[in-house]
Amino acid sequence: MRFEVDGEPVEADPFPGQCLRTLLRATGRTAVKKGCDAGDCGACGVLLDGEPVHSCVVPAHRAAGRAVTTAAGLGSPEHLAPVQQRFVDAAGFQCGFCTAGMVVTASTEEVRHADEADLPRLFKGNLCRCTGYRSIRDALAGRGTTEERGAAGGVGRAVRAPAAERIVTGREPYTLDLATTGLAHLAVLKSPHPSARIRRIDTAAALAMDGVLAILTHEDAPAVLFSTGRHQNRLEDPDDTLVLDPVIRFAGQRVAAVVAETVGIAEAACRAIAIDYELLPAVFDPEEARSPGAPLVHGDKDALASRISEPQRNVVAQKHGETGDVEAALEAADVVVSGTWRTARVAHAALETHATRGWLDADGRLVLRTSTQVPYLVQAEVCRLFGLEPDRVRVVAARVGGGFGGKQELLTEDLVTLAVLRTGRPVQYEFTREDEFTIAPLRHPKRVAVTLGATVDGVLTAMDVDVLADTGSYGNHGPGVLFHGSHESIAVYRAPNRRVHAESVYTNNPPSGAFRGYGLGQVMFGLESAMDELARRLGISPFELRRRNAIAPGDPIVVTDPDEETDLQYGGYGLPEALELTEAALAEPGEPEPDGPDWRLGSGMALGMIATMPPRGHFSEVRLALEPDGGLALDVGTAEFGNGTTTVHAQIVAELLAVAPERVRIRQSDTDGARYDTGAFGSAGTVVAGKAVHLAALALRDRVLAAAGPGAELGPDGVRTAAGLRPLGDFAPLGTTGTADGTPRGLAFNVHGFRVAVHTGTGEVRILKSVQGVDAGTVLNPEQLRGQVEGGTAQAIGSALHEEVVVVDGHVLTRTLRNYHIPQMADVPDTEVRFASTYDDLGPFGAKSMSEAPYNPVAPALANAIRDAIGVRPHELPMTRDRVWRLLHG
Amino acid sequence: MDLPTLTEVRLPASRADLALSATVVPLGGGTWLYSEPQDHLTGLVDLTALGWTPWERREDGGLSVAATCTIADLTRIPPTAGWRALPLFRQSAESLLQSFKIWSSATVGGNIATALAAGALIGLGGALDAELVVWTVDGGERRQRVADAVLAQRTTTLVPGEVIRSIEFAPGPLAARTAFRRIALSPLGRAGTVLTARRDEDGAFVLCVTGGTTRPEVVRFPDLPAADELAAAIGVIPTWFTDAHGAADWREAVSRLLGEEIRQELA
Repeated sequence: MRFEVDGEPVEADPFPGQCLRTLLRATGRTAVKKGCDAGDCGACGVLLDGEPVHSCVVPAHRAAGRAVTTAAGLGSPEHLAPVQQRFVDAAGFQCGFCTAGMVVTASTEEVRHADEADLPRLFKGNLCRCTGYRSIRDALAGRGTTEERGAAGGVGRAVRAPAAERIVTGREPYTLDLATTGLAHLAVLKSPHPSARIRRIDTAAALAMDGVLAILTHEDAPAVLFSTGRHQNRLEDPDDTLVLDPVIRFAGQRVAAVVAETVGIAEAACRAIAIDYELLPAVFDPEEARSPGAPLVHGDKDALASRISEPQRNVVAQKHGETGDVEAALEAADVVVSGTWRTARVAHAALETHATRGWLDADGRLVLRTSTQVPYLVQAEVCRLFGLEPDRVRVVAARVGGGFGGKQELLTEDLVTLAVLRTGRPVQYEFTREDEFTIAPLRHPKRVAVTLGATVDGVLTAMDVDVLADTGSYGNHGPGVLFHGSHESIAVYRAPNRRVHAESVYTNNPPSGAFRGYGLGQVMFGLESAMDELARRLGISPFELRRRNAIAPGDPIVVTDPDEETDLQYGGYGLPEALELTEAALAEPGEPEPDGPDWRLGSGMALGMIATMPPRGHFSEVRLALEPDGGLALDVGTAEFGNGTTTVHAQIVAELLAVAPERVRIRQSDTDGARYDTGAFGSAGTVVAGKAVHLAALALRDRVLAAAGPGAELGPDGVRTAAGLRPLGDFAPLGTTGTADGTPRGLAFNVHGFRVAVHTGTGEVRILKSVQGVDAGTVLNPEQLRGQVEGGTAQAIGSALHEEVVVVDGHVLTRTLRNYHIPQMADVPDTEVRFASTYDDLGPFGAKSMSEAPYNPVAPALANAIRDAIGVRPHELPMTRDRVWRLLHG
Repeated sequence: MDLPTLTEVRLPASRADLALSATVVPLGGGTWLYSEPQDHLTGLVDLTALGWTPWERREDGGLSVAATCTIADLTRIPPTAGWRALPLFRQSAESLLQSFKIWSSATVGGNIATALAAGALIGLGGALDAELVVWTVDGGERRQRVADAVLAQRTTTLVPGEVIRSIEFAPGPLAARTAFRRIALSPLGRAGTVLTARRDEDGAFVLCVTGGTTRPEVVRFPDLPAADELAAAIGVIPTWFTDAHGAADWREAVSRLLGEEIRQELA
């Protein structure tokens, strides 16, 4: 058939059942993204004869004779369409994966002539997981919030992301946005059973199918245990996983992989494989799982070799400690409050699904192009699994379409490696949206029991915290999330008597993993709710209760061991200011209160403390080179997934070399590029990689000034020397490196406040005011940082009010975005972001990290506001309307 | 998404070309069929190729809507004397989970045939006592009320080979005053419960619950019911269900609340 795309004629022969999205991508139109492949998210949006459609649910044959317009057809980076320019001006994106679709919707008559109040309705079919939508609404309304390009320097300014113009025109290449000749595809046969042993696999019928290249089973995979969770120190995660395992521990686990000429053939071959399963008993409740007699999920493992705390009790990690005498202190307390809180499984729902494309390069070296936050850690573990030398494996991440911790995992790279090594062909393995809910790790659900004792003056005397985490069937991030989760959340208060019991437990549920906040948010939901109850019982303001009990410089930063060795320091201490900013803003008017006798009003707050870097080392070594044209080439290993670190790195170099940020050319997340980076997690992109960039840029500046002679100065017009003004490029070539090791670490604080109205008849929670006081140190890019806080808040509103991956007997029921509600534009109020005026002694230019932190205090702040409104305290997330209604009527 | 098990997507020229079966099924807009794996199917027959007129005014003053009429076309029916119920068409379209970008593809017949609990046009048809005209396998036709044709989630009275030809709205219900209420767990989320209702010129009151029940539930009164009468009628509905879009007890409770709002609006 013939049709037209972006003004060019296209001749194509779609296969029966093909959708327009894959047909467009097959012809190289990669502005069209796959977010959900189901018509829910809008990332594949195009105009079909001028009408906006989701191309993933348009039968390809219907494009015959018609004209398709993608974001790339609306404008180019050099000649942006006005609507694209507005997204650039307002920084209306973070990872940018949804943006091409957003821009297409924004280009329609309906939107261009719409009232701003009608935008949530018009954009209910365009989901953004990163921004929280405020910047998108600014873009749609034409409110610019960034600076024009070209000015020298950068720190402290609202500099635009280097990729902005490419993102809004669909030109920025993500993981799979490249052409590969002879590409084969991999599909996985998944277990329907949550606990089983594979007795026999019969692949004969599948192997005989036309187009099938290879079938991989546990007999083909390396017998090397590893963990999908990746850390700098690989010993932090238990070695409990095989690439393909004959023992099935969750419904959805890999049974076999088929490599074939097309995805359709690979899937058909999966259906043709016959499996003989021996069904085994399963356990789904974490309390049952650690009780005597429970089926053992990893009972076959050696505790020491696999680093599993107690495999015979299903406990992957535990932490128990007490300082002082908690029982006696509770006995003596004037006031005691206690309760048990529960959080749900949450999906990251990054718009770009996990995917890897792998091939052998001209030298026969394995190249993995993958959607990962940790390319160097993936390289190391792939080498370990397959016995390859590091120089035989290159791992590269293009711009990543959202991560939130979900891509600190090795989920697709291992099978692609196996398939490429077996077939010699380029092979792609792309998760479906359903895979993201059923086989990608989810946020750990936790049960958090808290008892607090205090004096009548509101001085905490005792804290007793008991945490039970469900790590699911594999222990990736199980220990880390448990330990980190019960660290800063508890250490922030100064009670002399403290006790913590925390265990993370295997079940036959889908695996849990790393998620923004890394366990802190779950514990804070319990602890900050209990603090709120305490304030209520004492009759003092919740802000005041925090002031009286939060740690301050001079206090040790410990959980239960007073002699704990720590590299944590106070740096710039911004908690008092963050409390003050939030309290003041919360007192100001917000959205009007709804009319009617059924509405109840309330307000609430919560705080969060977080270390500015992950513990036990996070390393970055970058290379910076001055080039003859005056440009600066920066090789940095960390990944960009909407966190904005690329912008910040350019700003840091620009500031120190007195050039415009546009003169900095950044190559990132490629093991062939920078020397090393642990990866983009633990909010390390600014404070670790950025610190290394800072040091490299300082060294380069020193080299230039040394070469320019005494008294020389750098300026926007070049280098002023005794001999006159010389262009910066005159001093090329010059190269430096910078390193950072992630220690010592500082502390950052976030205080969130809400005012809400709750409808007693329906349980609706309406947010009238949302404000966050943020202790971020020096704000390197105010617009980007505001976006991180807003985006973290929006994601947390999702977990607080809407999101739950429902799992019944090990089977996930919510497998699509239409059945798993992530925030739409209509769900997210404006959040007022107020920055404390702190300066961190450790970060570049005094900056702290601020990617995970904004997420953490939101759920308890909202729960506390709901409690204030309705007189009943929520103990369970998400606080959906039906649950809030039941609190009132149950 | 791609539906790789298909071996054919046919464009029929007439009814004689349909040749449907259990694995070769009609294609309307495709917005649902292409949104989930359909590994059990081998073919689609694209009904939009038949070129049916989206909607026509019937000789008796009623409205005949082709199964292939898109949601967009349905919302563009101009205000017409005697068709007082038209606002309910737009309200039902807005009730779709998906945005206006789906409207130019999704069809009225497809929405009904898919038989999701939250099928927005099932509620429209239920409240207005619309009838489906179904092409039967033997070459004939049968008629059935929309509310009777939808039996449960994803289940209708349609058998393999049958095709919805049109949805028929009689002049009486079209002339009625209507009311609409919807609530979800989020402002624009997938419906928790949807109430569509009409008050005929003779006073009769008809209310249809969808979204919160596994099938459309219609309650009727010869005149405006008292508050407790309506609440009781909603209270005996047996098909409330629990899923990610709301718990059964909440769905029932908010339906009573919204039912009473409708009762007052149509008083």
